[in-house]
Amino acid sequence: MEAKTLFDKIWDSHVVDSVKNGPDILYIDQHFIHEVTSPQAFTGIEKRGVPLFRPQKTLATADHNIPTQNQELPIREKLSQIQVKTLTDNCEKHGVQLFGLGHPHNGIVHVIGAELGVTQPGMTIVCGDSHTSTHGAFGSIAFGIGTSEVEMVFASQCVLQPKPKKMRINIEGKLNKGVTSKDIILYIISQISASGATGYFVEYAGSAIRSLSMDARMTICNMSIEMGARGGMIAPDKVTFDYLKDREYAPKGADWDKAVEKWKALKTDEDAVFDREININAADIQPMITYGTNPGMGTFIDGKIPELEDIIPESRESFQKALNYMDFTPGMELAGHPVDYVFLGSCTNGRIEDIRAFTSLVKGRKKAENITAWIVPGSKQVEKQARDEGLLEILEEAGFQLRQPGCSACLAMNEDKIPSGKYAVSTSNRNFEGRQGPGSRTLLASPLTAAAAAVTGKITNPADLID
Amino acid sequence: MPIEKFNILESTCVPLPMQNIDTDQIIPARFLKATSREGFGENLFRDWRFDKNGNPKPDFALNRPGYSGKILVGGKNFGSGSSREHAAWAIYDYGFRVVVSSFFADIFKNNALNNGLLPVQVSEDFLKKIFTEVDKNPKITLKVDLENQEISLQSTGDTFHFEINAYKKSCLLNGYDDIDFLLSKKEKILAFEQLQNKT
Repeated sequence: MEAKTLFDKIWDSHVVDSVKNGPDILYIDQHFIHEVTSPQAFTGIEKRGVPLFRPQKTLATADHNIPTQNQELPIREKLSQIQVKTLTDNCEKHGVQLFGLGHPHNGIVHVIGAELGVTQPGMTIVCGDSHTSTHGAFGSIAFGIGTSEVEMVFASQCVLQPKPKKMRINIEGKLNKGVTSKDIILYIISQISASGATGYFVEYAGSAIRSLSMDARMTICNMSIEMGARGGMIAPDKVTFDYLKDREYAPKGADWDKAVEKWKALKTDEDAVFDREININAADIQPMITYGTNPGMGTFIDGKIPELEDIIPESRESFQKALNYMDFTPGMELAGHPVDYVFLGSCTNGRIEDIRAFTSLVKGRKKAENITAWIVPGSKQVEKQARDEGLLEILEEAGFQLRQPGCSACLAMNEDKIPSGKYAVSTSNRNFEGRQGPGSRTLLASPLTAAAAAVTGKITNPADLID
Repeated sequence: MPIEKFNILESTCVPLPMQNIDTDQIIPARFLKATSREGFGENLFRDWRFDKNGNPKPDFALNRPGYSGKILVGGKNFGSGSSREHAAWAIYDYGFRVVVSSFFADIFKNNALNNGLLPVQVSEDFLKKIFTEVDKNPKITLKVDLENQEISLQSTGDTFHFEINAYKKSCLLNGYDDIDFLLSKKEKILAFEQLQNKT
């Protein structure tokens, strides 16, 4: 039998039909929706007069466009209120399960899918959100789609997709002090650029990946799209199964045993061939931070911004434009640069381990006076767990507060906007111009680095603050 | 619901010679609150196009009186970032029917095609030629011929053969839509579900 990659195995077993010289019709096991990219798709099927084909395979949450304070009150911003209400009405009308604002299961779509056990190995998963790649951490094929494709899933539980090329990134070895999964993915993107994996689906492998928890694996898969990849995935193993066991939507009893047996086969065959393979030594990675306006513009915190002559000629203009926006200069050192805001949260780093990591570093220290910090849990469950574990008290003692869950300042659709010209060390995924508010200047980093900035008031290597 | 048919378009173009034009620049998140598909063109490239007070920035290509047309030409890695289809809607709503670049982000490309907006991927050299020619004379035109998969620079006669998936090409030429196609496959989808339930 032909040797197959993990990706091939799942993809091939979900092809309903292939269009000659065209895309595959791919069956979707799980569809997630949220308030921003679904309304036009609901309108679409209604206009066509077709029903939602498999409503029980779609799960909805409100996350992108909601406040992270006073969620018990009506949403103040009129357009946001209408959008969230539209989602509620649509879900009711079409029989879709909704974890709306205030529901104990509410949260960022890519956080709740995993923590509820909805996301499982071997599945095909889509959502009208590019960070759907997060779910690939469980050994599933998960990718972001546009609203027209959301409508396709509503109408047929399928999408039309050309099969992407395959890439494997192997990371071997032990991680250095202060290095987290966020640093791994920022390092990878800085090496292959923000478009280096476009057209590919990536499998992450190697001993450094195997050593990571599920929360940490999700951070890596989450940012696959930031190097252009259609998605990222990691073969399921004991870590995956232990995480999923007893979660609300995970199989139970004999079904569980059967499922695990099946999931164990989900790995790349030894002789399988990838279109591109990259090898990285974990020891080469140090805590990372971005300095520019795309996630590929990253460097070691203790490093320097590249000189203009280090940049290939056709990219120099864009490089200089990015530095102008950030008010940085080529060749400058980043450590010690003052910071104004710290944002901990998002589908990249809004899970319980991220809050634990942040808390571990600020424990016994105080928030720097120049810092405004927004700590936003990824879900109601994460929020509750942070309270139950006593993290909230430690955070409060150090001068921080916990907000309510949502996408928040990651994309600044709600009122959580970084003011123009201000620097924010952010655990989110994009440092695009204006992403966190018009004129905002984003420095992407890990929760540990965010914590280090929060207590020192400047860009600081967290390895210098931990034992 | 058919999309607008596309065959041949000859038009002047608007050049944006920048790399990595991401979807947050095309349409910032704060303008994604609408629940319909219409009207996003108003906020296309909002923060590059207008200052804080809503006044047009005179240097930005869309605001320069010399530049107009139905073809937008952007630098490498156009449409990276978010999956928001609003980016494709905004470009279309503004009046563009073709986007030319040397490299497109995957999701943007799909979104564009699903809305009758043709992404034309050209070589770095051809892209450079377009920028140089338009810089010399904003009135030069580009001709995009989908049937023959050709884009030509009318001022120099340079022509580039571009790739497009045969299925997507036929959708655009005929105004077909993916959902009608998928609905026609219902039998096969039901058969697949039965098979999946058994294993």
